[in-house]
Amino acid sequence: MQANSAEKVSNVPTGAGAAFRSGLITGFPIFLGYLPIALAYGVLAAQSMTLLQLTAMSVLVFAGASQFMGAKMIGAGTGLLEVVVATFVLNFRHFVMSLSFMNKARPIPMRWKIPLSLGLTDETFAVSSLHGEEAKKPYGKVFFATVIVLAYSAWVGGSLVGGLLGELIPAQLSQSMNIALYAMFIGLLVPSVKKEWRVGLIAIISMLLNYALVNIHVNEGWAIVIATIIGGFFGIFLLKGDDEK
Amino acid sequence: MIWAIIIGMSIVTMLPRLIPVFIVDKASYPDWVNRWLDAIPYAALGALIFPGIMTVIPEKPFIGIVGGIVAIVIAFFEINVIFSVLGAIVTVFLFTM
Repeated sequence: MQANSAEKVSNVPTGAGAAFRSGLITGFPIFLGYLPIALAYGVLAAQSMTLLQLTAMSVLVFAGASQFMGAKMIGAGTGLLEVVVATFVLNFRHFVMSLSFMNKARPIPMRWKIPLSLGLTDETFAVSSLHGEEAKKPYGKVFFATVIVLAYSAWVGGSLVGGLLGELIPAQLSQSMNIALYAMFIGLLVPSVKKEWRVGLIAIISMLLNYALVNIHVNEGWAIVIATIIGGFFGIFLLKGDDEK
Repeated sequence: MIWAIIIGMSIVTMLPRLIPVFIVDKASYPDWVNRWLDAIPYAALGALIFPGIMTVIPEKPFIGIVGGIVAIVIAFFEINVIFSVLGAIVTVFLFTM
């Protein structure tokens, strides 16, 4: 199945430089989306952690929602075990995402796949997956690495600056930017749905499942994991006979 | 203590990302598993968008929805994703003025 939004990119020459440029262009929306959120994280985390600690958390964890949660819990004096378990639950979805991505990334050598896996977030996963055909190109690894390093630098850099400078963007603007990553997800999904409507059905099933689970007070982390796994299962039937690889 | 928390968070975030590298490397899957894994990105996108988008302005869920609709409309023209992002930001900005 190749229902993704990236056919424009596949005509580009296949050198490492071209893969790098293509990665920069593809990854830029994540960069833009991460900056304000990382700044906001830095501002929040500075209330409970030193600059070194809050930046180290971005370097070592690189998972937005869990870092906001972690910073708040540390501020509230929550214990180690509770924070770590909550983080595990919230980030466990990356296990499912990594399984899906690594299945696409089979042609990529192991020594690249290990660091790439550590850079998978909701956003880098979504962007990389919808450009999954890059994995078959000789410099696909460079493409994925560029997307991830760009996102990582926005996240770590933004956290540091946020922690250093405190509140610096007007509240209304930073509030408006809360929608950036949702809009990016939509912008990734819509072209795929235009090509293959059944892909949209999978997304809608997963949305409704997630909504239902959240409404019956299932933990947000598990809700996303369950909705993603079950929504994906519908793909087994919906995407049948679609493998024109 | 804070450092221990950071290290702990790092380990439980890294392992779920890393372990699939080794799981997928060995196994070769039947078609239905591949189809399932291929569908995961779309299912994940769905779950990541909704209902979270309604919390953009927590006290006014409709603003997130309107921003999302603007993003859908822009994305329909298959221009760069960045225009959906900017369109949605401007929409939310105008609604919160």
